[in-house]
Amino acid sequence: MDVLAGKIKMTQQTVNSTMNPADMLDRPIRLTAKDVTVHYGAKQALHGISINIPDRAVTSFIGPSGCGKSTFLRCINRMNDTIEGARVGGTIKLDEQDIYDPNLDVVELRARIGMVFQKPNPFPKSIYENVAYGPKIHGLAKSKTDMDEIVISSLRKAGLFEEVKDRLNEPGTGLSGGQQQRLCIARAIAVGPEVILMDEPCSALDPIATAIIEELIDELRENYTIVIVTHSMQQAARVSQKTAFFHLGNLIEEGVTEDIFTNPVNKQTQDYIMGRIG
Amino acid sequence: MNNLVIAALLLVLIGLAFQTGWSKSGSLVTAKGVRVHSRQQYHGSLVAIWAIIPALVALALWGWFGGDVTHNYIVGQIPTDTVLALDQVGLNATIARIRALASGYGVAGDVLPYEQAAGDALRSFNFLTFVGTIVVAGALGLGGLFLARNRIDVRLRARNEVERVINLLLLACSAVAILTTAGIVGSLVTEAFKFFTFVSPLDFFFGTVWSPLNGSTIPGEYGSYGLLPLLVGTLMITAIAMLVAVPVGLMAAIYLSQYAHRNFRAVAKPIIEVLAGIPTIVFGFFALTTVGPFLRDAGGTVGLGINATSALTAGVVMGIMIIPFVSSLSDDILNQVPRTLRDGAYGLGATKSETIRNVLLPAALPGIVGAFLLAVSRAVGETMIVVLAAGNSPVLKGNPFEPVATITVSIVNQLTGDTDFAGPQSLVAFALGLTLFVLTLCLNIFALFIVRKFREQYE
Repeated sequence: MDVLAGKIKMTQQTVNSTMNPADMLDRPIRLTAKDVTVHYGAKQALHGISINIPDRAVTSFIGPSGCGKSTFLRCINRMNDTIEGARVGGTIKLDEQDIYDPNLDVVELRARIGMVFQKPNPFPKSIYENVAYGPKIHGLAKSKTDMDEIVISSLRKAGLFEEVKDRLNEPGTGLSGGQQQRLCIARAIAVGPEVILMDEPCSALDPIATAIIEELIDELRENYTIVIVTHSMQQAARVSQKTAFFHLGNLIEEGVTEDIFTNPVNKQTQDYIMGRIG
Repeated sequence: MNNLVIAALLLVLIGLAFQTGWSKSGSLVTAKGVRVHSRQQYHGSLVAIWAIIPALVALALWGWFGGDVTHNYIVGQIPTDTVLALDQVGLNATIARIRALASGYGVAGDVLPYEQAAGDALRSFNFLTFVGTIVVAGALGLGGLFLARNRIDVRLRARNEVERVINLLLLACSAVAILTTAGIVGSLVTEAFKFFTFVSPLDFFFGTVWSPLNGSTIPGEYGSYGLLPLLVGTLMITAIAMLVAVPVGLMAAIYLSQYAHRNFRAVAKPIIEVLAGIPTIVFGFFALTTVGPFLRDAGGTVGLGINATSALTAGVVMGIMIIPFVSSLSDDILNQVPRTLRDGAYGLGATKSETIRNVLLPAALPGIVGAFLLAVSRAVGETMIVVLAAGNSPVLKGNPFEPVATITVSIVNQLTGDTDFAGPQSLVAFALGLTLFVLTLCLNIFALFIVRKFREQYE
């Protein structure tokens, strides 16, 4: 049913707008951004970003440092609200619901759009409590058994359970970097989000931990809409189905990942992919 | 005047030495392939150091031993039978008169002939030793200068040697602080031991009665010195102070660091910190004239007998005094918690207060506890507020509405007025001081330990 509804939606999109290669993906659209701008104080960080994010696929944002890709990611679950002096303009819709609607509950929104950060940031609590924290504040578990189930299944989905099952009560900060990052992914999954935002999730990890996380991302896209910001073009090529290239606060080009990497239309995108800017 | 001359001469010596080193090193001829190790200013500084240190040593030696030499010289000028006829006080008076004559000030009464002669002799002796010292110091300084100048060479590591001297200088400065602490502790300990020869440590640490007989000269009759009433008073006031300061200070810190707008914070933080700048004596009469009567009247309306001067009054005001201490330390610690942790909680859909309660405070807890303990050790040692507002009643009881006395107040009482430092009446102050010192030291060490543990977690 979902797929069918998505197809219909996509057809409308194709009809309404000019042919956009991103919408050629065989996926319904989950998130729509239109003319999103961000100012930090007097400085404009984003200049009118418009993009569609497909459902149950991985969309990656690439671009040189300071190009605004992380800033845009943080707009999607309104994390920019927590930064003093940040102003966001334009609209971002999740399933036709404007997330910048003043009546919208930010707390609820963030439960639907989870986030994983650049640096693994487990809370200074036990592994179990790290994962249980989200369900606890949102009242998702009715009993201790429920909670155990949520924690274990989240850890399983994050591919961490086998490694930590004997030490769930030890502090989460005692894990290795890659394990900590998977713990953070488990923590995000535990709340039952529909979208997971990942802000350079592997930039603090070694190549082996990175490979494990990439594999995990690939598995997770079966059930979640994933948006990932990455510095690594190889990573974008490996894990994502759709890629968007940002430069100096502008969205330069977006499209099916394969097309972007093999046949970029824009000169700047070409230069970046060839390693000439960055 | 003499000191100014010496200082000026030393400056001249430094300048001369620096210039010598500078110009000699400037004219160094380098063979091909060899670089001059140090730049000119290091060679200059090194020569200046070599010149100034021997000169300073000579001056310091005269400073230490010159007084005795002069004293002996003066005594030698007084006829022997006069010296023998005078007692110590008379001799000192005579020496003072001779010194006054020598420096050209008048003296009271008739000047005896031998005094005049000794005064004249002393004047020329002073002049001679002054010139002599300068000459010796200058000679040593110049000697050092030439030695150092001769050492100048292409490969002389002047830069490294100057570095070593700077290292030693800094070490000496920190040694001053450390040695002062050691000296204070040493004097506390020795005097406290003297006290324990009068009163046994058991009676002191576990005695429940504090009633020193000040002014008693009868041997063996000096009252009783039980620490417990004072310790209980101190701890009671400290506890009340923390009950006031911790919730208010911590919540103020949370508000300032997490909720307040930047502009409000910029105004509010300095204002709170002004509270820390108010002299404690001012807090003391604020307690005595305002808070004490207010608490008494407030207690009266609900049927509680609260004394105007009581542990409660002193504790409340002391709590107000340490609020800025708690709040600004906690504020710093809350701001040290990495932003990523807060983001993590927000990203899961936690509200602001959930984030603070469940993530921020647990992460900052060790640091905040450290801040509390530092505040406690401050409260334990506080004196002025307690002198004015606690009522000074060293009786062992547990009622915070009645007057109490603390360790600090009792030290003040035992050391003010007529004291001789031979009896237990005043020596007890050192035992009390030592107790207080050990108490705050333990708290500080514990606090530092906890704060360090906190740092390890996030750096």
